[in-house]
Amino acid sequence: MIWKEQVECADPADLKNLQSDYLRKLTAYIYNNCPVYKKKIDDAGVKPENVKSIDDIKKLPFTTKVDMRDHYPYGLFSTGQSEVREIHVSSGTTGNPTLVGYTKDDVKLWSDVMARTMCCAGAEPGDTIQIAYGYGLFTGGLGFHYGAMEMGLRIIPTSAGQTARQLKIMQEFKPRIIACTPSYALYMAEEARDMGIDPAKGNWKIGIFGAEPWSNSIRREIEELWNMLATDVYGLSEIIGPGVAQECPHKDGLHIFSDVFYPEIINPDTGEDVAEGEDGELVITTLTKQAIPLIRYRTRDIVSINYEKCRCGRTSPRISKIKGRTDDMIVVRGINVFPSQIEHVLVGIEGTQPYYQIVVDRKAHKLDEVEVLVEVEERIFSDEIKELKKLQDKIRKEIGSVLSIGVKVTLVEPKTIERSMGKSKRIVDKRTL
Amino acid sequence: MKITQISVFLENRKGRLFDVCSLLGENNINIRALTIAETESFGVLRIVVDKSNMAVKLLKDNGFVANLTHVVAVEVGDNPGGLASVLKVFADNDVNIEYMYGFVEKFSDKALLVFRFADTDMAQQILAKNEIKVVTEKEIEGL
Repeated sequence: MIWKEQVECADPADLKNLQSDYLRKLTAYIYNNCPVYKKKIDDAGVKPENVKSIDDIKKLPFTTKVDMRDHYPYGLFSTGQSEVREIHVSSGTTGNPTLVGYTKDDVKLWSDVMARTMCCAGAEPGDTIQIAYGYGLFTGGLGFHYGAMEMGLRIIPTSAGQTARQLKIMQEFKPRIIACTPSYALYMAEEARDMGIDPAKGNWKIGIFGAEPWSNSIRREIEELWNMLATDVYGLSEIIGPGVAQECPHKDGLHIFSDVFYPEIINPDTGEDVAEGEDGELVITTLTKQAIPLIRYRTRDIVSINYEKCRCGRTSPRISKIKGRTDDMIVVRGINVFPSQIEHVLVGIEGTQPYYQIVVDRKAHKLDEVEVLVEVEERIFSDEIKELKKLQDKIRKEIGSVLSIGVKVTLVEPKTIERSMGKSKRIVDKRTL
Repeated sequence: MKITQISVFLENRKGRLFDVCSLLGENNINIRALTIAETESFGVLRIVVDKSNMAVKLLKDNGFVANLTHVVAVEVGDNPGGLASVLKVFADNDVNIEYMYGFVEKFSDKALLVFRFADTDMAQQILAKNEIKVVTEKEIEGL
């Protein structure tokens, strides 16, 4: 089912009128209520009355993560704190953490887009959902909770962790839907086998996985292991949390709820639009939020966009899976390296399960070195050293040819690479840059 | 007659060999023959034990990657030229040896060697034709 057909399947011209209307109101709203934004807009030489249609968005300045941190905690709010009903804080790896706040209407908006998200993945009212995203300051758990409540699902709020219990709850209450990070879905399959449970006979039939980038190879792995449909959800706390975009069962891009989260895809260096279908940085404007509305927020996620109507009937544009980050990608000897490239090679080589870690280091001779740790699984283990060496060599050569830099491949014992309940740690950068 | 060998993947890390050996020892499994093949970052431990099925299950349950391989244990005269005379038979008959190693103990006045052949069945036929004694699984268990 489609939760909000009137916008999700809207005629593009009608949608544009709605977006234009929202943008006019938004610009005036933040100009009058947020001194930081007033200054940004003044500095850009724009007057709110000059913003008439959604196309005028190009006149407005970008907002970045740096703005969020510089104006921590309340600088970017357009409401007073007395109107805020909920806050979430993400840990800052550098400098200040990021604070986001929601008014009562913002929580309503969040519930609405999350209800759309779950319907888009294939949930039906009356289904049971197991929410294994962390509840708390992380937006994942509560975002799903609000949406599931809104659309009428039976909620099992397990939060993340306590894997044995997650699996027992799955067997006992038979939820058709699981929501967690993709790496946790993989981890749980491994734990299930250790407990003598065949994941392929599990009860989960639809997975809504996100909060970290994952490739189609991982998708296939999860779908085979769990015998389920694995869909991708996209979101970030600065915009609202989960509920920005979601794949339908056709798995041909993530429908972005563009009536409220207006997307632009730009060249991160020039700030100019890239052509439809080209890779670029996703920039989002929250058209209807109250507490912290953001204008042209630079997500730093690299995606492409597709405006064609989908087979599912939705006209909302589809963004690709995240192809990388403008910042988190690592640059090694001048080459951009994304973990997904390495993952792709590993899954392509028969029998190698995708537990790996990339270690980047800079030794005394000052050349960056990349080491890829790969766990040896039983089905690829041989008693002959030459077979293992052959495998190691094959991985090394293929990664080398994909990345155009030499890497060292090290085979390690199973379960020695750190598993995480939340985001997986694919890259360890030991360099002091 | 083939016998069973267990191979275990080991990272070159302190204490890993100890971990395997103490696990087997605690469970009353006796190692009859042993060798380690190593590279700079990992190694493969190959062992012949008295209770191989139990040992391999134990290792897997404890998180090791281990598998079973068929090898042949051959009796060789414990005297100068003893091994050479057996190897000559293999060389003359185009039998390829992947690797070989010696037993920890003897159960007769002859030496025992474990051979992993490229083609185990063919190697066995050649051994039989040349009347070279091989050791049976039962004899290993009883050692």
